[in-house]
Amino acid sequence: MARVTVMDYKQSIVEPSTWCPGCGDFPALAALQRACAGLGLSPDQVVVVGGIGCSSKAPSYFGAYGFHSVHGRAIPVATGIKLANRDLTVVVFGGDGDGYGIGLSHFLHTVRRNIDLVYMVMDNHIYGLTTGQASPTSRKGMKTKTSPYGTAEYPVRPLETALAAGASFVAQGFSGDVKQLTRLVEMAIKHRGFAYLNVLSPCVTFNREDTYDFWRENCVNLDDEPEYDPHDRTGAIRVVLQHEGLVRGLIYQEERPSFEAELPGLAKEPLARQFDLSFPEQDWARILKDFA
Amino acid sequence: MSVVTRVIDFTWKVGGQQGEGIDSTGEIFAQAMHRRGFYVYAYRHFMSRIKGGHTHYKIRVRSGPVWHRGDQDDLLVAFDQESIDYNLPQLRDGTAIVHDAAFVARVPEGRELELMPVPMTRLAEEQGRSIMKNMVAVGVSAAMLGLELADFETTIRDRFGDKGEQVVEANRKAFMAGYDYYKTHFTPRQVLADVVTDRPESAYLSGNDAIALGALVAGCRLLFAYPITPATEILYTAFKYFPRYGGAIVQGEDEMAAAFMAIGAGFAGVRAMTSTSGPGLSLMMESLGLAGIAEVPLVIVDVQRAGPSTGLPTKTEQGDLNTIVYGSHGESPRIVLAPSTVADCFHVMGRAFNLAEHYQCPVIVVSDLALGLSRQSVPVADLATGTWTWDRGLRVTDDELKDVTPGTFARYRLTESGISPRTVPGQPNGRFTSLSNEHSEISVEEESPENRVRQMHKRMKKLHGLDLSDWALEHHGPERADLLLVGYGSSYGPIAEVWRKLADEGARVGRLHLKALWPLPEAGLARYLEASRHVLVVESNYSGQVANLIKLRLGFKDRIRSCLKFDGNPFTANEIYRMAKEVV
Ligand SMILES: Cc1ncc(C[n+]2csc(CCOP(=O)(O)OP(=O)(O)O)c2C)c(N)n1
Ligand code: SF4
Repeated sequence: MARVTVMDYKQSIVEPSTWCPGCGDFPALAALQRACAGLGLSPDQVVVVGGIGCSSKAPSYFGAYGFHSVHGRAIPVATGIKLANRDLTVVVFGGDGDGYGIGLSHFLHTVRRNIDLVYMVMDNHIYGLTTGQASPTSRKGMKTKTSPYGTAEYPVRPLETALAAGASFVAQGFSGDVKQLTRLVEMAIKHRGFAYLNVLSPCVTFNREDTYDFWRENCVNLDDEPEYDPHDRTGAIRVVLQHEGLVRGLIYQEERPSFEAELPGLAKEPLARQFDLSFPEQDWARILKDFA
Repeated sequence: MSVVTRVIDFTWKVGGQQGEGIDSTGEIFAQAMHRRGFYVYAYRHFMSRIKGGHTHYKIRVRSGPVWHRGDQDDLLVAFDQESIDYNLPQLRDGTAIVHDAAFVARVPEGRELELMPVPMTRLAEEQGRSIMKNMVAVGVSAAMLGLELADFETTIRDRFGDKGEQVVEANRKAFMAGYDYYKTHFTPRQVLADVVTDRPESAYLSGNDAIALGALVAGCRLLFAYPITPATEILYTAFKYFPRYGGAIVQGEDEMAAAFMAIGAGFAGVRAMTSTSGPGLSLMMESLGLAGIAEVPLVIVDVQRAGPSTGLPTKTEQGDLNTIVYGSHGESPRIVLAPSTVADCFHVMGRAFNLAEHYQCPVIVVSDLALGLSRQSVPVADLATGTWTWDRGLRVTDDELKDVTPGTFARYRLTESGISPRTVPGQPNGRFTSLSNEHSEISVEEESPENRVRQMHKRMKKLHGLDLSDWALEHHGPERADLLLVGYGSSYGPIAEVWRKLADEGARVGRLHLKALWPLPEAGLARYLEASRHVLVVESNYSGQVANLIKLRLGFKDRIRSCLKFDGNPFTANEIYRMAKEVV
């Protein structure tokens, strides 16, 4: 096959026409396209999985295989796909409501499962598709349609949570810096294990507080901190706490075997390639002897 | 040695407190009887707790096939008074009760029951450990039935061999302590030592075992599940075999995770399933809709237990059918299969995966606790492969994709049958995005009324005309009948016995076991209903869900009556018999 270019990943018949101009999800999608092309991945070997939300529509706008599933369940769907065909690059692309609200449990368990997926969360601190309700990452006191007097709950702290849960890869990108974001996506794809990438992705329509400007001015870029060590979990938790989550760059990475590698028995070859499943007669006879 | 061939049919029960090893007593005894050449049906009665509470293990031993635990108890081994009190109603008059001499046993005035005290705990303690009272009880039972240590040797070895020769020897001694004590103080109730049976080579396994094995043989390579009684054993059996064939078992964080993982794997082209019981099934409702609209093969096994909610978690029921047929919002196609016997459990899995891949929709295999957990002797011939042929559904080949422009593959192409050939990730030029939203033929979100109607028709018509009558109706007896007994799942055994009894009494009676519940095998079913004067639908629930479904689809309201039970225990033959006599 000819060299893969970004155009291959744009070869989707669907334009991201449901996204508002300026939405932070555009640059994030572009970063994913560039990263896949940059790594020379064949679009037929890539699957993007979404739940439900504005951001979760990304699979339709991306030139690869995709699954736009249901609210909160993108990660388990992606897990099934990866186990069925371990040669595929499987990327989950969703929102903060999808991942930290309704799907939080899958997120945490997948962190500890460390299956080889990329998980990109468009964290806009608001529910976009349902037109502006409070999200699990909305800051305390934020006024939204479902918190007219300000939210009473404190936000989920996804970075610290993932780090504390033992994540093997934690990074945060910003839609206002596609270059860094692309590099982070590339690292996430190359990481063997669950690569979690939170993206500060402004919802320009329903969130007037967490804006491009706000994040540009207030985020510490770890790339500018040469002494920062992304292999020290305690240090990583400290830096995230210290800056109240307003850091971007690679926060933590650790090499360890992924779930597929640790699952006893799972074939090295993709299961999906076994089309003829006929079962050896003599094996069946032998198995029945175990029940004599 | 004289060879005696006679009809053997008795039940043996051991009862005590949960956590005392009642199960292992029962399992050892049952396994040995199976190996001795009898047909065995083992039923476990237990509670949702680890320690304490009455538990018992009942075993029916026959010289001929058996699918039912039997209504009555012929021999009882009791470790406490509660085991006697609890089981009194089932104890046949003349029954012998062997009880631990550690307590003074009482039976009500006027009941003809013989009490045989054996100091089981003391004998076990003399052997070193009181927990070995279980082996003492097995030894007592052997003596009672005129069997020998030799009949139990391989079972004891298989069970304790791992723990070393000393443990095997200790158990043998405990067995002999019970055996000798009984022999010195009492006479055997039967002498089975020289009975020869003509049972063909058989396997001893449960419905849950058979489902795991059936899935394996049907090419299932990924099993995703969350532990729940009475479905967890499917995992245990799968764990032994799936990894040998490159497959894996994944314990999900909950049943939603499990079902959606199975959908992901099905989408990617692998035969995958999830197994659960009612509470998990409720959590999986959303997955039925997704697999329905995204047209992904999905197999769910529901081993039913008594609901609603947590209900009676260790008791049997058949109350999930409404949920299975109608559950999940909106309308989507699905197929519901229902094994009646352990052998069915094995064969049904191949059919389930074939149908799921052929029709690209969920297939729910509905079993129940009594079928799932009761281990039974099943002739190996009944477990032979080849009852179905492979059907992996319509798949587009790489060759056919050569000239397709990437991104234009029409995954949901409108076809005559409604079934559209699919690609799986990895296939060059076959890419598409599966959608839970309504979508067009090329799988783009589309909400126009015209498209909506077209795609609804496409999905729903896949199952129009699907009628599984040719294999999903097991019928016995005359087609023209005064009474037709109808059931599914574990009621197979009791129905078969009632049918035999009524037929012996001269009644014109048939029995029909439904092995597909949705779509109902209407063609065949209507024929049988038409030819029957009365129909009695036997099912374990309050509202008569199967009967209602039949009436809804086929009518016959005037001749259909229900025989219902929802106390958590499986039907006895007598309960059905009494109702049948009321009807005819
Ligand atoms: C089970 C379920 N509950 C609620 C919804 C409605 N819903 C759709 S998207 C959404 C929230 C989306 O927010 P987020 O995941 O942050 O994505 P965004 O739109 O901001 O990208 C909700 C509540 C749904 N589709 N399914
Ligand atoms: S509503 Fe917000 S999240 Fe959704 S597309 Fe518009 S800007 Fe983006």
